[in-house]
Amino acid sequence: MTQDIFEGTEEQAAALKSCIESHRGEEGALMPVLHEAQNIYGYLPAEVQTVIAEGLGVPLAEVYGVATFYSHFSLKPKGKHKVSVCLGTACYVKGSDKILEAVEKELGVSCGECTPDRKFSIESCRCVGACGLAPVMIVDEEVYGKLTPKDVPDVLDKYMGD
Amino acid sequence: MVNLKINGIAVSVPEGSTILQAAKLANIRIPTLCYLKGVQCVGSCRMCLVEATGARGLVAACVYPVSEGMEVRTNTPRVRKSRKTTVELILSTHKKKCLSCVRSMNCELQKLALEYNAEEDRFGTDHDLKPIDDLSPSVVRDNSKCVMCTRCVAACNLQTIGVIGPKNRGYVKVIGSPFDVSLAHTSCVNCGQCVVACPVGALYEKSSVADVWGAIVNPEKHVVFFTAPSIKATLGEAFGLPVGTNVEGKMVSAIKQLGDVKCFNMDIAADLTIMEEANELLKRLMQGGVTPMFTSCCPGWVKFCEHYYPEFLPNLSSCKSPQEMFSAVLKTYYCQKTGIKPEDLYVVSVIPCTAKKFEISRDELGHYTDAAITTRELAKMIKEAGIDFANIPEAEYDKPFGVASGAGAIFGATGGVMEAALRTAAHILGGEGSPIEFKEVRGTRGLKEAEYNIGGGIVKVAVAHGLANARKAIELIKSGEKKYTFVEVMACPGGCINGGGQPYVHDEIRNNIDLKTVRAQALYDHDRESKYRCSHETPAVDMLYKEFFAQPLSKKAHELLHTHYQPREKY
Amino acid sequence: MTYEELEKTAAGKADLINVRRIVRDQAEKLAANTGYRKQVLVCGGTGCTSSHSRQVIEQLEKSFEELGIDDVLIVKTGCFGLCALGPIMIVYPEGAFYSQMTPEHAKTVAEKHLIKGGEIVKELLYADTVHADGLVIPFAEIPFYKHQMRIALRNCGVIAAESIEEAIAAGDYAALAKVLKEMTPDEVIAEIKAAGLRGRGGAGFPTGLKWQFTKQAEGDKKYVCCNADEGDPGAFMDRSVLEGDPHTVLEAMTIAGYCVGADEGYIYVRAEYPIAVERLNIAISQARKVGLLGKNILGSGFDFDIHVRLGAGAFVCGEETALMASIEGHRGEPRPRPPFSAQCGVFGKPTVLNNVETWASVAPIILKGSAWFASIGTEKSKGTKVFAVGGKIKNVGLVEVPMGTTLKTIIYDIGGGIPGGKQFKAAQTGGPSGGCIPAKYIDIGMDFDNLTSIGSMMGSGGLIVMDEDTCMVDIAKFYLEFTADESCGKCTPCRVGTKRMLEILTRITEGKGEPEDIEKIKEIAEHMKSSSLCALGQSAPNPIISTMTHFASEYEAHIYDKKCPAGVCKSLLSYYIEPRKCRGCTMCARTCPANAITGVVKSVHEIDPAKCIKCGQCLENCKFGAVVKK
Repeated sequence: MTQDIFEGTEEQAAALKSCIESHRGEEGALMPVLHEAQNIYGYLPAEVQTVIAEGLGVPLAEVYGVATFYSHFSLKPKGKHKVSVCLGTACYVKGSDKILEAVEKELGVSCGECTPDRKFSIESCRCVGACGLAPVMIVDEEVYGKLTPKDVPDVLDKYMGD
Repeated sequence: MVNLKINGIAVSVPEGSTILQAAKLANIRIPTLCYLKGVQCVGSCRMCLVEATGARGLVAACVYPVSEGMEVRTNTPRVRKSRKTTVELILSTHKKKCLSCVRSMNCELQKLALEYNAEEDRFGTDHDLKPIDDLSPSVVRDNSKCVMCTRCVAACNLQTIGVIGPKNRGYVKVIGSPFDVSLAHTSCVNCGQCVVACPVGALYEKSSVADVWGAIVNPEKHVVFFTAPSIKATLGEAFGLPVGTNVEGKMVSAIKQLGDVKCFNMDIAADLTIMEEANELLKRLMQGGVTPMFTSCCPGWVKFCEHYYPEFLPNLSSCKSPQEMFSAVLKTYYCQKTGIKPEDLYVVSVIPCTAKKFEISRDELGHYTDAAITTRELAKMIKEAGIDFANIPEAEYDKPFGVASGAGAIFGATGGVMEAALRTAAHILGGEGSPIEFKEVRGTRGLKEAEYNIGGGIVKVAVAHGLANARKAIELIKSGEKKYTFVEVMACPGGCINGGGQPYVHDEIRNNIDLKTVRAQALYDHDRESKYRCSHETPAVDMLYKEFFAQPLSKKAHELLHTHYQPREKY
Repeated sequence: MTYEELEKTAAGKADLINVRRIVRDQAEKLAANTGYRKQVLVCGGTGCTSSHSRQVIEQLEKSFEELGIDDVLIVKTGCFGLCALGPIMIVYPEGAFYSQMTPEHAKTVAEKHLIKGGEIVKELLYADTVHADGLVIPFAEIPFYKHQMRIALRNCGVIAAESIEEAIAAGDYAALAKVLKEMTPDEVIAEIKAAGLRGRGGAGFPTGLKWQFTKQAEGDKKYVCCNADEGDPGAFMDRSVLEGDPHTVLEAMTIAGYCVGADEGYIYVRAEYPIAVERLNIAISQARKVGLLGKNILGSGFDFDIHVRLGAGAFVCGEETALMASIEGHRGEPRPRPPFSAQCGVFGKPTVLNNVETWASVAPIILKGSAWFASIGTEKSKGTKVFAVGGKIKNVGLVEVPMGTTLKTIIYDIGGGIPGGKQFKAAQTGGPSGGCIPAKYIDIGMDFDNLTSIGSMMGSGGLIVMDEDTCMVDIAKFYLEFTADESCGKCTPCRVGTKRMLEILTRITEGKGEPEDIEKIKEIAEHMKSSSLCALGQSAPNPIISTMTHFASEYEAHIYDKKCPAGVCKSLLSYYIEPRKCRGCTMCARTCPANAITGVVKSVHEIDPAKCIKCGQCLENCKFGAVVKK
């Protein structure tokens, strides 16, 4: 198994620490802390989960069990740009599976993976609530709607440069 | 009381009872898989479904509360069909290598499959095998056989260890250690409670049977077995005898039939431990050493303390465990006496415990034990050797390590080490006529506490069985809420009689009798019938001090019978 | 600021809101009182934000500065419902409905319409609001809105979503004030029971009864929870309420807290809804500041506060016990009931849990009375229901109609019918837990019991319209993929059953189906329904069972004839070039990614089936209709 090497900054460590501090003693703190930790690091590496387990006094296996249960939490680093194709019903009925195929083809990696240059990662999601624009894909925060597979290269091109 | 009818039979049960409990009173069997009394009650496997009035669908009998006037049906076509399909769905995920499985003929899934007439391939077979984790010296996990009952996780959490848990969700959910690391690289204490909780062959001990057979047939080797105090109370279960049957004589006889081997009694080493430990405690008390002193016989507890409470390592008695004391004695004193070269002596300890398998690998203990096999492994060897266990005549342990005290025997149950130590301490301080029985420390209540006047001084003792109770005791000590003189800890709930190496007992039996109590009773009976009741009376102990160690805590005793500990990482 | 002060200033703004609600001629008179000549409402919901409504607002602000317009109010609202036409912008008092706005369009509207003496820019209006003779029709009178009745969505698209002042001006918190000052908890519960309000989250359990059970439960601590984990992929009414009128949810939860004796609440909301989360947090802090949350609310001595908890992408957390496990910081695995959450909910305490849309229906009941609410809808399903209408339909969006409104009205009158002149085939309600309604039931009145009776369910109100190009086996497979992926894995029937059924369905769509597969699927489906631990597993087979019931012939075609009648299942398709129609333009050969098409210019082209990957590029690119899918 290839292990991603964890590189965290001191600022990130400090932010995580203060996040844990602010939730210490709170009932059900694990979920909010995992959310914030993922915001800080972009993903939830083993090192971060260990700090959370120790900080909240929760067994590591439980932290890990929660982190792997929810699809929103990622144990792998994401690309600089996160491409997410909606596979909710409204989008699926309008052919979002073909949009996903086009994205995979364009970036050369499969859903759930990250390009070798770490620039893009692809994931699927279940409904962002923009059903009126189906089918949609989301790059970072930006939503692109009413897509056809042909639109995909143009959308991704905008992000290729940086 | 609540009145209900199950399959037309009227029963009356206390409010809050489950259908499963009520059915037991009506002598109606309801199959279970994920339910294990005192360990887990989650209603997830769906084996125990029944029809009940007032409920929309089928309900899980293990969790569903009874209500007044309820009518329950446990034997309808719908119920039978549901159970059959559940088993068949599980079987579609199961590595069906049943003939060669450690649990063959003793597997809860196999039993259910047979009872419900399940076809093993009705829904196909998943051919994606999951990796086997066999790096731990104690526990092997084969997830391709896992039925996702999560009894192991519940058992681990009950121990407050929590080094295993579910990963992912849905069909790809697996049980294991975080980040897919081996159990060997976690703060697992090797207690093996997960193994005895497992209904199938997904968890089993790392076997040493082949090594032991190898030594037995090796003409260069002199093989010596010794059996831990609790084995006599549990081995019979592996041969269909009722729980709580003392089979000491047959056990010794069977071991001797395995080949040209000697069989000694580890209870003597327990007695030896008491001599050292009781004197160590008195020394600590008189010289102002660190107290409370904790017992150190249990390797699961010792590793727990190293991982989770390293600050309490100075409180651990420096005494080695009886297994390690005995092996050291055999490789030194016994070799000198018999002229066998230590490297030619092969020492096999038979223990109720998976943690002892880890213990023998500790460098600081000197590697005196060559193999540690569990009760289950011994049973397997006896069966493999074609020995008719039920009918063989009884035999006695080999000399000079045959006769021990009853105090040594009760080491196998929670409170036993404490009681044995108290007997000897009382004798040392109070002389003849001191009390023998200390019943307050017996039994399966959580954290047991007692105060005794020993030789004019008040001794406050605590007995913790199961690591949750151990944690509780330490936290009480840490916070200053409690001050104890001496604390006994056994990692497994109930002590060694309920160890991770003991025979597998099906949920159906475990849900209806308390193994811990029934097995312990066999040891207390043994103690009561023993010629010697106190460790210091045991002739072999006397002999060892006279001929070899001179006195407890002597230089030689320190060299061979005592050890030290190391803090370990928690993650 | 205190609530009383805020109430006063809000009262002064009531006309501002009335302008947006009252028909045109009166609205114009009212507008004079407001201090604003015109109001521009721009949708700031997720749909319109995704189609860049933010940039429209920025452009308006810029244009106003350039043009010196200072008497036109820009209001960022929640969803108007007609998401397909976003970004939407409505100008009052005229009620002019601009759709599909761009910043350039906004500039034009500012220059030509919003400027003093300006006139409506007809060519930018939503076409349905312009009469054939050129007259502008107020949008409330167009078919999409005319058949609707907005109770839960009453303030969505009407008020500024981030303004507590506008919320109060529009009536939020009046019910809370009434409850705290004039009603006992039992009276409130009686009122909710009399209204016949049933849970809008899926199961349709009577809300008042739920509150009563929680009130009766013994406990020193109780909780009120809001289920905003809108898991049905294709439903977004809860999101719209949170984005458009978050205060109504806070208000209703507080009322419930007062009734059951709870002092703390949790809103469990999907992390995928960032705008909703942000507005909730804004609303909570606003409410706290004026004493509508916190200690001694409105001087009544009643304390109540609300926390927001984010979900993390697990459909099963819409199930109440799983949701509560998640709030507690655990894996979202359901547990068997009893005990029910009214006795043992969050952190083991008595808890009342309702869904967003249910909460949004509470205040109107208190203010207008249970009799009014009970007069709407059908015998056993009172009030209105919001449907998220999507799929193959013209007006994709949110629709709130009285219970019992027919599917036909929703699809054709409100939804505008199926685009491209295609045939309506079926509608799926209830998402992955529901079933399909075939065309023959198009006259069915949509309420809880009717839908259940034909093997579907109301669910949260997702309504996906499918046309002749939709393969029902593929749709069943789609839903099953979803539930298999979302199964928590706790109980055997769901964990293993979804996987085994999916394998069989996949086989069928790949042309490897066997006759006995139908029986096997039915058997597993029955088992999951009867034996799964929670509603997710019990209802997961519904899409399969209902498609098998209503579209058996489609399954048979896949299994026996190895054909996909709708032309969706790739493995069962073949592409073919009609020699008579092919002009030899070479377009298909050039776009074929697999080099499966041979032929030279001006001669008939041919597809090599062995090389064809069935991507459909040739079909899409052929200008002469020569490529056919069989």
